Amino acid sequence: MRKTLIENLFRGKLTEPPPPVADGEIADLVSTLARTTQQRLGRSLAIRALDAGSCNGCELEMIALGNAYYDLERFGLKFVASPRHADVLMITGPITIAMREALRLTDEAMSAPKFVIALGDCACTGGLFANSPACIGAAAQVIKVDLHIPGCPPDPITILKALIGFTDSLKHPAAGRA
Amino acid sequence: MMVNSRTWQAAASDLATGRSIFVALWAEAQDDGCIIHLAGRPQGSGEVRLLSLAAPDRLFPSIAQHHPAASLMERALCDVHGLTAEASPDPRPWLDHSTPYLFKPVTGDGVHQIPVGPVHAGIIEPGHFRFSVNGETIIRLEVRLGYTHKATLGLMRGHMIDHAAQLAGRISGDSTVAYAFAFARAVEQALGIKAPPRATALRGIMAELERLANHFGDIGAICNDGGFPLMNVLTAALRERVLRLAATCFGHRLMMDRIIPGGVTTDLTAAHAKLVLTTLTDLRGQWARLFELYEKTASLQDRVVTSGWLDPMIAQRLGCGGYVGRASGQDFDARRDACYPPYDTLAITVPHLTAGDVDARLRIRMAELEQSVTVIRTLLATMPPGALCTPLPDPANLTTIERNDARVGHALIEGFRGDIFAHVRVHRGRIEDVMLRDPSWFFWPALEAAIEGNIVADFPLCNKSFNPSYSGCDL
Repeated sequence: MRKTLIENLFRGKLTEPPPPVADGEIADLVSTLARTTQQRLGRSLAIRALDAGSCNGCELEMIALGNAYYDLERFGLKFVASPRHADVLMITGPITIAMREALRLTDEAMSAPKFVIALGDCACTGGLFANSPACIGAAAQVIKVDLHIPGCPPDPITILKALIGFTDSLKHPAAGRA
Repeated sequence: MMVNSRTWQAAASDLATGRSIFVALWAEAQDDGCIIHLAGRPQGSGEVRLLSLAAPDRLFPSIAQHHPAASLMERALCDVHGLTAEASPDPRPWLDHSTPYLFKPVTGDGVHQIPVGPVHAGIIEPGHFRFSVNGETIIRLEVRLGYTHKATLGLMRGHMIDHAAQLAGRISGDSTVAYAFAFARAVEQALGIKAPPRATALRGIMAELERLANHFGDIGAICNDGGFPLMNVLTAALRERVLRLAATCFGHRLMMDRIIPGGVTTDLTAAHAKLVLTTLTDLRGQWARLFELYEKTASLQDRVVTSGWLDPMIAQRLGCGGYVGRASGQDFDARRDACYPPYDTLAITVPHLTAGDVDARLRIRMAELEQSVTVIRTLLATMPPGALCTPLPDPANLTTIERNDARVGHALIEGFRGDIFAHVRVHRGRIEDVMLRDPSWFFWPALEAAIEGNIVADFPLCNKSFNPSYSGCDL
């Protein structure tokens, strides 16, 4: 164990520095995200992931956001275990009929102000499952969605980039459902 | 082959005695009733055989009454097609959630229940676990799935091959390469075509990269649930390296839609082939150190050794494949035993253990990492030149006989979890019938058996060591 720890200490961190400002996006993300989330919700934004019938591809990329390369928590964003702790409900999958009630209960358990993000093509439009008799389709058909992040699945950088647009929208006083 | 009810029951008792291994059970709607298909293979062989039984009155003799491993698939097909399995030991609905579910009663002094899910605490797929416990000890676990049911097979039926191939790649996102591979092989067999040698070599490389990425993720996640998050942090970084390598070489981190019926969509340049080799050498150096860390951390060993013991007898009866079967004495790997290109020219050694605990399932994964690297290196060293895809016959140009002739194909492909079975019937370029069977169908009942007698706090650890797919079974 000591060997591994020392080795990792000297190897330096894997976490990627924000790219040059000219490139823009991540550097923007760090500053804007920190500023806006602080303004509205203190230092952090708590996300509750809800799989409403995903193939698990989107979940894999959500999990990847937590690895050392992206280190989601340095931006004040974190996935939480209970909807009662969450500011954001992040929905994946084409809303199967079997998950509709669980989705409703999860939404109900969250306190205001709360926001909903549809992650991945299935949650955005129903994707390949839009015509399925077992699915409702887009998340927007059952709940008010504040942000859509398309992709099959969206990669971690795409998700991070999208979150900046979302936090920008938080600046507007009308944001969030009371 | 169409059979009568007597042959059907005889086949079921062959499954029960272990003469043959259960592969899949599904149904197909016809104008006048339904046809039930049963796929099995002889013990130790990868050669799948099909039996079909007509169910004109929507009734058929239950397979599960002889062979309980078929129970979940039987209940699922009854829900989807409105069929009744006669003398079924468990006629409760499975995919159909319209009525309250009756869990099996567990009674006794101090016994109580803990309901968990379908929404879990982490970033996990939805499913419900009903624990009956006495104090800390789990007496019985009942798993209730169907929450991700998307009627995927129904969406594939009647559609063109390319559309169905996309859906096949989304049965379970973590196994998208393996599913696309299995579906493509089944279609190719049905149409009587072969993917070019370069395409099959690239398929092998993608399949092994998928195995590496998932095994890294699993190894870390198991250790994390064993209270050792350091390992998870380190293996998650290795997994990310593999996904980035896949994105660079094949244009998609999970390599979705890269394998198509007929071949592959993406070539590997010489520069990218070199990148694969250097990345693998680097990763290998790192994980050797991690495995040493795993073995020398006593607190972690204390959690994984003897936990979640799966009796080899149960693994055999259920027909468990993959790391679950191989950690409980089952010496089966479709890459060797169903022998398909590119593995037909490679010597595949199948690591297997008999301990059957969380530790054994983790060690199988570690051994398979080494093997995947060897396979990729061999494939890169012998990479044939040539085309990437064999065009599928154009339905418009078929002869009259071919046009009226529906063709059947099937395949058994080793995904990271275990063997995935694919079956298709193609008619005029459209999918008439399809079945894609995930290894997890047998992992769920195996997990229910293995968890008995463990403490509730060890459930996440044990569950992760099986890592069954939800979406893969909720077809």
